[in-house]
Amino acid sequence: MCLAIPAKIVELLPGEESRALVEVAGVRRHIDTGLLQDERLQLGDWVLVHVGFAMSKISEEQALDQLQTLTMLGENEAVMQEVKGYGLSDHDRKAGP
Amino acid sequence: MDAAPKIRFRDAQIEMAHGAGGKASRRLVEGLFAPLLFGDRIEPLGDAAHISINGTRIAITTDSFVVKPLRFPGGSIGELAVNGTVNDLAVSGARAEALVVTYVLEAGLPTEVLEAEVRAMSKAATDAGVVISGGDTKVVEHGKADGMYISTTGIGRVIPGISISAASVRPGDKVLISGPVGDHGITVLLARGELDLEGEICSDTRSVLPLIEAMARAAGPGIHWMRDPTRGGVATSLNELARDCGLGVWLFEDAVPVRDTVRGACELLGLDPLHIANEGQFLAVLDAEYADRALDALRNTPGGHAATLIGEIREQPSGAVLGATSYGGTRVIDMLVGDPLPRIC
Amino acid sequence: MKFVDEFRDAGVIHKAADEIRRLADLGRQYRFMEVCGGHTHAIYRFGLKDILPPNIDLVHGPGCPVCVLPMGRIDDGLSIAKGPNVIFTAFGDMMRVPGREGSPLEHKARGMDVRIVYSPSDALKLAQKNPDKHVLFFAIGFETTAPSTALTLMRAKALGVTNFSVFCNHVTIIPGIRAILDSPDMRIDAFIGPGHVSTVIGCRPYEWVARNEGKPIVVSGFEPVDVLQAVVMLLRQLKAGEAKVENQYKRVVPWEGNRAALKAMAEVFELRSYFEWRGMGFISQSALRIRDTYKDWDAEHRFAVPGVRVTDPKAAQCGEVLKGVLKPVQCKLFGKECTPERPVGALMVSSEGSCAAYYNYEHRKHETLTRIGAAV
Repeated sequence: MCLAIPAKIVELLPGEESRALVEVAGVRRHIDTGLLQDERLQLGDWVLVHVGFAMSKISEEQALDQLQTLTMLGENEAVMQEVKGYGLSDHDRKAGP
Repeated sequence: MDAAPKIRFRDAQIEMAHGAGGKASRRLVEGLFAPLLFGDRIEPLGDAAHISINGTRIAITTDSFVVKPLRFPGGSIGELAVNGTVNDLAVSGARAEALVVTYVLEAGLPTEVLEAEVRAMSKAATDAGVVISGGDTKVVEHGKADGMYISTTGIGRVIPGISISAASVRPGDKVLISGPVGDHGITVLLARGELDLEGEICSDTRSVLPLIEAMARAAGPGIHWMRDPTRGGVATSLNELARDCGLGVWLFEDAVPVRDTVRGACELLGLDPLHIANEGQFLAVLDAEYADRALDALRNTPGGHAATLIGEIREQPSGAVLGATSYGGTRVIDMLVGDPLPRIC
Repeated sequence: MKFVDEFRDAGVIHKAADEIRRLADLGRQYRFMEVCGGHTHAIYRFGLKDILPPNIDLVHGPGCPVCVLPMGRIDDGLSIAKGPNVIFTAFGDMMRVPGREGSPLEHKARGMDVRIVYSPSDALKLAQKNPDKHVLFFAIGFETTAPSTALTLMRAKALGVTNFSVFCNHVTIIPGIRAILDSPDMRIDAFIGPGHVSTVIGCRPYEWVARNEGKPIVVSGFEPVDVLQAVVMLLRQLKAGEAKVENQYKRVVPWEGNRAALKAMAEVFELRSYFEWRGMGFISQSALRIRDTYKDWDAEHRFAVPGVRVTDPKAAQCGEVLKGVLKPVQCKLFGKECTPERPVGALMVSSEGSCAAYYNYEHRKHETLTRIGAAV
């Protein structure tokens, strides 16, 4: 029930019953994007994949935010280097309080 | 007159799990084969048997190769059949001299498929410096043997300067691995084509004899134990070690080399790389004083650049393998029960 | 791996652990229940208990869909597959779960066509590729998985694939949590909420836990940093005397949930009036059945299902462990008659069941580390 993995969309397949090709650490798999049809997914978006279906679009901004909150409890160089590579994108703050 | 051997194997039928290299396999071997075939023998069962013939120490081993599909990126059943047996001898501290082969062929197998495998075996034998001296062939009905099964028996001479046994393993000893884990098992899984997963992963099948010989030259007296982590993976081999030596094997999880693609495939499928078969790697346990020498020698030998320390032996937890993370978390790493099953939960 | 490695970073983990130690009141024993089996697995796999102070107890809840499935349902599914030309498909998690005559894998060894799938759409594809066979998909899971089954059924109907049916065992998480809170021996202070279920149902459904029961609940992700941060948030709430729903897993969980997923579920499923949860008895409105509009794809409609009830042996204390009243090791059968290889009860069967997780990851460690008096 709970095993879901973040994966990057590397190919969109229009007209093919909402399928996309995603990649995790160099491994590629086709998944069904039918549950995210309201999201207007784009190449390069990251999604959470569970049993071959994309469940949610991952917000880089929120991830960065979370890590910065945690690291404000002190400085953590390595993590900051990691997240600098993200590049923020336009995501709505939809995650609630 | 000895009492009748006690059969401890209670399962009513044989399941796939009994061939997976994990706990179920062990129960079958220890509970049925050992009492009936090995009698009073109390030494732990290893990859190869060392016997004395007229004062000369000879090593002998046998293995069978059942793989679907027969060909996969990085290799095929023929190469596995040669390398697997050469490696079993090598990790027992012996240099393979000769192999004999049995082919069980399925009626209807295209000749070109067989020819390709025989060629592959011939090349693998040349590469491994071993002679294929003879063999046997049987043909079974269409529908059996998945194309072909190959069994190889190898014989060899003990490498001078190596004397290994689980009993010589001591607290403080270091555990090393020759290279990244999980390549072979994941390759075969993907090659079956049932998964709609693509990745650049190929089998690591190769003879590890040159690496072991290099390590023996540099650190021979310090080598206490070796094993090739095939079915059941590193987790199973280390559990066998822990059981056989009665000490604790601490595995530094962050130090275990895993290729990104293998890790990605494992995460996607819900598998643990530590449980996945390898066909071109070996584990070694060395006296701490010899560990650096061994690693240097390996890293300076072709194919050994990724050799690395992954753990150490401690008194506790006795008989178990403990995985430790860099942040202080620990978990018991168990043997597989049967085949690795992918999880969704 | 992105969005994974950063949340396993040792430095960040240490920071969170330090904050936990700072916040946890030394004189108090905290009991936090992680509802979801995926959290149980993560906690053991990452050794998180070693990082938490000893006065924080993580209690494992009933959110393991394999564990709470009554054995009779497995028998029912397998009995359908005994019919001619039926292919039994299920996730790997189900393959070793024993029915009265053995697990799916054991049935496979005896000749039944049993195949592991990684997605319900794999099962549908199998049906399309094998028109002369019937493909049965044994569906399990909470609300994380149900939408995917729903969408697959919608596709099957749209494509007119008739040799495909689903044996539906989807359960819903809220009644499970309610059953815990209604239990008289319940001593839980706060909840770690199921992160992936919440990507579908959102965070609102948990509001009654905070409002009516006065228990903090933090919806959490599954990496070490996520779980530890959730603990930090729970401690802060308790310290402040608050009880509210918070979302720790913001990068993935939308507060309102996934509307398309909920819509698909509503289209295909309706609630059963009651369903049996192994070890917990019958819980009302806690499971899904396939609607009449999809009855041709409902295995329970197409096939005669025996519907036998199988009770667990009395000595198995699954229910108490599920509710967090007993620890796995306190069950009389633990490690003796009941092991992962030969499971007697629900919680030993799935790798994320508390007993299996404890057995695989903990029990030898517990014995020896207690003896030597220290952790790592």
